[in-house]
Amino acid sequence: MLLIHCPYCEEDRPEVEFVNGGQAHIARPADPSSESDADWEKYLYIRRNPRGRHHERWRHIHGCGRFFNAVRDTVSDRFETTYKAGEPAK
Amino acid sequence: MRFSGFNLFAQALQDHKGWPEQWPDKAPKAEYDAIIVGAGGHGLGAAYYLASKYGIRNVAVIEKGWLGGGNTGRNTTIIRSNYLYDESAHLYDHAVKLWDGLSQELNYNVMYSKRGVLMLAHNVHDVQSAKRHIHANRLNGVDNEWLSAEECQAYCPPLDISPTARHPVLGGALQRRGGTARHDSVAWGYARGAAALGVDIIQNCAVTGIRRGPDGAVQGVETERGFIASKKIGVSAAGSTSVVMQMAGLDFPLESYPLQALVSEPVKPIFPCVVMSNSVHAYISQSDKGELVIGAGTDQYVSYSQRGAFHIIEHTLAAICEIFPIFSRMRMLRTWGGIVDVTPDRSPILGKTPVPGLYVNCGWGTGGFKATPGAGDLLAHTIAHDAPHKINAPFNLDRFRTGRFIDEAAAAAVAH
Repeated sequence: MLLIHCPYCEEDRPEVEFVNGGQAHIARPADPSSESDADWEKYLYIRRNPRGRHHERWRHIHGCGRFFNAVRDTVSDRFETTYKAGEPAK
Repeated sequence: MRFSGFNLFAQALQDHKGWPEQWPDKAPKAEYDAIIVGAGGHGLGAAYYLASKYGIRNVAVIEKGWLGGGNTGRNTTIIRSNYLYDESAHLYDHAVKLWDGLSQELNYNVMYSKRGVLMLAHNVHDVQSAKRHIHANRLNGVDNEWLSAEECQAYCPPLDISPTARHPVLGGALQRRGGTARHDSVAWGYARGAAALGVDIIQNCAVTGIRRGPDGAVQGVETERGFIASKKIGVSAAGSTSVVMQMAGLDFPLESYPLQALVSEPVKPIFPCVVMSNSVHAYISQSDKGELVIGAGTDQYVSYSQRGAFHIIEHTLAAICEIFPIFSRMRMLRTWGGIVDVTPDRSPILGKTPVPGLYVNCGWGTGGFKATPGAGDLLAHTIAHDAPHKINAPFNLDRFRTGRFIDEAAAAAVAH
């Protein structure tokens, strides 16, 4: 089980308190109806799925309830850092 | 040399020292007519069918690790085809038909045992959903039938059907043709069959790049043992598909998650079939060696670590012990994880890619083993004809742009 540092609660808490929110820093297109099908597919479904350094969202659902972002290595599962939503990608 | 009673006897007379190597370890040639990336059951199956059925024998299978060491050796060996949608039912039933007779075709015992797959219904919604699946399956020529709770217990005696059970059993859907097979044998049988037809199996040789020409078409693969040329490359790399596809400049609609399984200590025969339960997410069968084979769920995060979290195992075992209280004092021997590649609609991607000469078989998620012969055959067909078979045509990569999903995620007969 992962130990995850919530940047809002400023505590290391067990993974069962969190839900994973998938790849981070995907911006919703400002005007979806003007997107091409290919760009809309890219936004909805295409994922980096990297082997190595991965930016992802977590939600501290059984704690503060807030979303935040994390950088984790997908081979070792070790967290490099977690940071508040809205901050630039680390 | 064929495996037969006569040869077994003849070899016994010389202390079994005359058996030949089942598949020689080959050094790569400079060029092949087709290259398969990934020597799991699906990739080896594709190589075998390319050589045996589609007449392309100058084929190499390139594997980063060892043959059958990925998800082929890590699954719970369950075979079934009771999927809801027409496209899925045809795809998975194509595989089940090939499982029949596979041992004879390969002259290798894959131990396909039609012991039946029973899916339990624990509430009214489960009952309605199971019956809908049964009707849809029967319209597609896939066997599936409804059993009452008493009939379920008669079919699977360890089942607790008492009304006070934590997860009461209201009945179940039984596919009698479903069952299990020996997973390693499938990889070994295909490897031996393919090697006998001239296919080179190259292990411990990671693909590090895919070379493309000025026209965009593939020219071959860069590997740890140098460049190998081929105008046709089939990628069957399961959890690592995204990584391989990025070598060709393609981003895929895939995410890779850990999926765990575990086995108990071996015991005498107690469990005659496969039982799955959607609602509580548990599946269980007993191997011929006597171990209870139990499948858990996926972890929630992308990972390539080939291991998962313990709370997932705990959750699954809690469900198993509720449904089968008789197993509450069993000891578990081993747990392990594999990395499964999951698509947004939980159906596989099997067909061509935007890169000429590059073909893909991926996205089987948590349910690829049952499809091994079918996926191999259809990938081989697609490579040989440069066009998909009508069975795998709906499972194209374009569906995520066009919206023609095969959305088994919400409606599937199972937990995937």
